[in-house]
Amino acid sequence: MSSIDQLNIIVLLKQVPDIEKVKFDFKTGRLDRSSAEAVINPFDLNALEAAVEIKEKVGARITVISMGPKTAEASLRDAIARGADDAILLTDKRFAGADTLATSYTLACAIRKVGSYDLVICGEKTIDGDTAQVGPEVAEFLGVPHVAYVEEIREVKRDRILVKSKMGRNYYIIELKFPGLITVTKDVNTPRLPSLKDKIRSRKAEITVWNADSLLDLADERYFGATGSPTTVAKVYVPKAERRKGKIFRGDLERAAKEIAIVLREAHVIR
Amino acid sequence: MKRHGDVLVFAENNDGRIHPVSYELLGKGRELADSLGVDLNAVLLGWRMENEAFELIYRGADKVFLYDHPSLEEFDVIRYTQNIVKMVRETEPDIFLVGATRIGRTLAPRIAAALRTGLTADCVDLKLDEEGNLVQVRPAFSGNIMAQIVTKTRPQMATVRYKVMKMPERDTGREGEIIRMKVDVIEETGMRIIEKTHADEVEIAEADVIVSGGRGLKRPEDFSLLEELASLLGGVVGSSRPLVDAGWISKDHQVGFSGNTVKPRVYIACGISGSPQHLFGMRDSDIIIAVNKDPTAPIFNVSDYGVVGDLYEFIPLLIREVKRLIGGGKDEGEH
Repeated sequence: MSSIDQLNIIVLLKQVPDIEKVKFDFKTGRLDRSSAEAVINPFDLNALEAAVEIKEKVGARITVISMGPKTAEASLRDAIARGADDAILLTDKRFAGADTLATSYTLACAIRKVGSYDLVICGEKTIDGDTAQVGPEVAEFLGVPHVAYVEEIREVKRDRILVKSKMGRNYYIIELKFPGLITVTKDVNTPRLPSLKDKIRSRKAEITVWNADSLLDLADERYFGATGSPTTVAKVYVPKAERRKGKIFRGDLERAAKEIAIVLREAHVIR
Repeated sequence: MKRHGDVLVFAENNDGRIHPVSYELLGKGRELADSLGVDLNAVLLGWRMENEAFELIYRGADKVFLYDHPSLEEFDVIRYTQNIVKMVRETEPDIFLVGATRIGRTLAPRIAAALRTGLTADCVDLKLDEEGNLVQVRPAFSGNIMAQIVTKTRPQMATVRYKVMKMPERDTGREGEIIRMKVDVIEETGMRIIEKTHADEVEIAEADVIVSGGRGLKRPEDFSLLEELASLLGGVVGSSRPLVDAGWISKDHQVGFSGNTVKPRVYIACGISGSPQHLFGMRDSDIIIAVNKDPTAPIFNVSDYGVVGDLYEFIPLLIREVKRLIGGGKDEGEH
């Protein structure tokens, strides 16, 4: 494939704590992020795999972008081992404390700085924030159409993509013209593990690092980080475990079945 | 007191019918609007939706901004965003609520970004502080904690989970105003629907009875036992997350934080221990019945009726008793 025909794909990814291992302090309601290693958000692995599959089929250059602390570089190296070509880390104190709006704005500015792109792919949501808002907000800031919850990529052409998504009570096959953005669910593919050779190669890969100043020709600093975030967490708390005074049956299951069948009749679910 | 803007609810159009989460939001929205002393309005987009617009008034809306045009028959996020953003800029609501469905979660972030306002995802409760600011309560970290979020910009936008707010009564005597809006018709949005097929999956959130299986099930085929009980009760089968992750049953059946929130009349948990993430999704059911071998299983703390025993013994007995009652049998059947 010549470079003119090659698609430019951008994958957004976030480094998150390994949710299976991370310790959680029920008293303070906070995650102890140092208690578990950081990994690529699992949904973003599906996004990256989708990009790699497109690259294998029709040819593409894949740029991964992540916003986070300096340590997020490890996740970008992991992404390179898995098939990304270029990696950009957005890191700056001025980006810190961003809610979804400020995060999306910053990512969109970085995408504009990358320049020409055909398709942006994001995971459906992150496992730590769990909002599913960043993908659609980035699309709006870029002024491009987007399809969320993509569970199958049917066909990729030079100027458009055919995707399947469930919305309401229907499945839709939607043709999305480039430039556009999709967010993908876990059903879209099964991410492969990187080979040892690719892992070793990724250690030497160059990671581009941008700070707030790098984006200032395209961005307004007031919209970055905590300053640019309209939402704030006022309070976190552990919800009260509400209890019901239940009747417990032990031993005589026959009797339990008889009594519960009557409960079901009184609830009018036996007609 | 400071003059507040109105409360706005997005009325989600699903194939010409309004999604029930929108009515739930009108119920909560009515409360908020009355406390603030402002109007509760709804925005509805679609084609030939006038009858449905009246339904919004019956459920509590004062005004319905109706965008009725063939170009809006199917959901298109660009067309929806552009029309709604323009209307929000003109009417300046204080609060804007959207159901946390896939359509809502596709649309609301675009509107929020266009308006450069804050958006809180997947709320389970909403209230007002002393100054009349919206306090948005949402679960975090798999439902282990709750966070209260406040927004300094206007409108304060939130998506709200289905089945967590009370459904308001339908009152056909209520009066309100339907305002026919001028539709911005956008021909080319970069997206085109090539094919649409009805998904014939279970709508577990709508079911009156759910019989759910957990790790106590030994084999995927054993869901048929739960299926038999569910169908006798006019219900559907649910599942805890591990069995969905193991591929025993599809994700549409999943109950819990990362699956569906459900609120049926009867929830029967079979071999489910009751992790916080599962309890989050079903604890508001009217009647909860649990069967589990382990007497210390947390599911019993939220159950109205708990059976300590083997589901493989108990469920067939319950099926027998239910069949007996369906057959018109008396409370004490023949031996």
